[in-house]
Amino acid sequence: MDPEPLVIVEKLKKYFPVKKGLVFQKQSGFVKAVDEVSFEICRGETLGLVGESGCGKTTVGRTMLGLYPITEGKVVIEKLDIAKADRNKLHRLRQKAQMIFQDPYASLNPRWTVSAIISEPIWVHHLAHSEKEKIERVQELMKLVGLSPRLINRFPHEFSGGQRQRIGIARALASQPEFIVCDEPISALDVSIQAQVVNLLEELQDQFQLTYLFIAHDLSMVRHICDRVAVMYLGTLVESADRDELYENPLHPYTKALLSAVPIPDPKKDRMRHRIILQGDVPSPISPPSGCRFHTRCPMEKPHCGELVPVFKEAAPRHWVACHEIT
Amino acid sequence: MGILNIMIAESTPNLFVDDLETPPLPLTTLAWKRFKRHRMAMLGGVFLILLVLYSFGGSLFVEEKYANFTNPPIRLNTPSWQHPFGTDTVGRDVLARTIYGGQISMIIGILAVIIETSLGILIGALAGYYGGTIDSLLMRFTEAMLNIPEIFLLIVMAKFFGNKIPNLTLLGRTFSGSVVVIIVIIGLTSWMYLARIVRAEFLSIKENDFILAAKATGTSNTEIIIRHILPNSIAPIIVSATLGIANAILSEAYISFLGLGVQPPTATWGNMLDGANNYIESAPWLWFFPGLLILLTVLSINFLGDGLRDAIDPHSRAI
Repeated sequence: MDPEPLVIVEKLKKYFPVKKGLVFQKQSGFVKAVDEVSFEICRGETLGLVGESGCGKTTVGRTMLGLYPITEGKVVIEKLDIAKADRNKLHRLRQKAQMIFQDPYASLNPRWTVSAIISEPIWVHHLAHSEKEKIERVQELMKLVGLSPRLINRFPHEFSGGQRQRIGIARALASQPEFIVCDEPISALDVSIQAQVVNLLEELQDQFQLTYLFIAHDLSMVRHICDRVAVMYLGTLVESADRDELYENPLHPYTKALLSAVPIPDPKKDRMRHRIILQGDVPSPISPPSGCRFHTRCPMEKPHCGELVPVFKEAAPRHWVACHEIT
Repeated sequence: MGILNIMIAESTPNLFVDDLETPPLPLTTLAWKRFKRHRMAMLGGVFLILLVLYSFGGSLFVEEKYANFTNPPIRLNTPSWQHPFGTDTVGRDVLARTIYGGQISMIIGILAVIIETSLGILIGALAGYYGGTIDSLLMRFTEAMLNIPEIFLLIVMAKFFGNKIPNLTLLGRTFSGSVVVIIVIIGLTSWMYLARIVRAEFLSIKENDFILAAKATGTSNTEIIIRHILPNSIAPIIVSATLGIANAILSEAYISFLGLGVQPPTATWGNMLDGANNYIESAPWLWFFPGLLILLTVLSINFLGDGLRDAIDPHSRAI
């Protein structure tokens, strides 16, 4: 593994302004979707980003690719700081960093044929010299993701969900990227199809030395595909560690609660497991709790948790956590 | 043995899942099937084809000179074998004039709609895609235009621009310059509804993930507008444009009836009605035939538009 990280995210912040009023709009606050998130991904590695709905996982992925302007902080992909990059550099980066979407029904243009969809990155980045070369490349990509090249002139509505997701993967691969943000690529699929798509992603990773940011909420799938896992809660990272370390030795109380909710496919063992059930709801990201954002629901809460923001520190080798109770 | 193996390999077809199912119907076939079920729309389509044949095919039998030839001695003749639709106040043959008038009316309808649609798409697309200040400015302008009664706008503009454009000769025929004026002013006063429809379509389509995917790929805004969003909002645009032709023909009839539209001797169905109101009882053929043709054309187009709306709506999946 390359010791130099391919992707560096440092204290990334993304705030969305909240506006009030119909005619004379004024800002009444911010949705703090992502607040001071830092992580690194090495070349060829898969980082899993997990957390419950609305915790900012998707926003992290989209902000990293420059789809939303960065409020504060730094994102460096392949030594290019995207907050400072001009249009040309950003355009070149978009060839190297791609995205796979959650909903295979909404992420393909219904009026375009498969050929047009997959070849979009090819013509945008001028990667083919002739029409013939482009078509050959599309057919090659279709074979690569397990679609019959003869379906090249079909429309998306003629495919099943799993096939559509394969089209989405082929499109992401078309520009020969090095880094792919997989934004819950399997959560909209049937369980029987999920395994196929995950295996496909793994095969492609081996073949092209791809680096993935794998956003998901299915913890068992994350354990299967990821090398490192980062856990998010309400816009901040609470813990990140190597996969086995995180699953076997979770430190943060939120991670423990999440892992205890994973069902075990054995009724006897399942009855034995100790579930940690968190109290209350996720607070609003418009006015997140002071201090540690998790303190309102934390089973280990101490008085100072509501006052001091915990530092994201290395508690064990390669095991980072943000909690006052862990030293 | 080797050859036999190859032969077997070649004769075994590669079966994919899609070979086993009946292939799904393409979108156009689906649309045509839905359209065919719409009886009134089919009827409208047939009538419209007949009307186009009448106006454009008719010029093979009658010359324009004859249509514009004044012969005062036979003014206001009742319909006869020689003049099946009668003659008008200066002795011109009404049948010949409905043929040539139909051509001008339809051309005005189509060209005015091209202007209307281009403006509507441009303004609606910019407002819907970029949003924010651009959207506010363009939409306030659109609402301002909508607040002025269209007829009033048409009359003022016709009065202002009328008689300022010289006659033009095209394909050996002379057109009154007022035809161009009418086309432009109808186009300029009717784009507002289309702009609103296009804006609404853009607002909803741009939120789709495939637009985000295009942005992540690096596709430029212009290409996203033209290649991604516009093809997805084409259905309401086609419907609106079709109905727009009927409205443009009607608008031309209004202003020509008021004597501000296309100037004689160029005939249109609208200006043939000009003055006919003085002869409502004494010479009904003056208003009956052009009026009937306008009515039939507008009705046919409206039914056709209704059928198209149902047929090409991507949300309707019924066959």
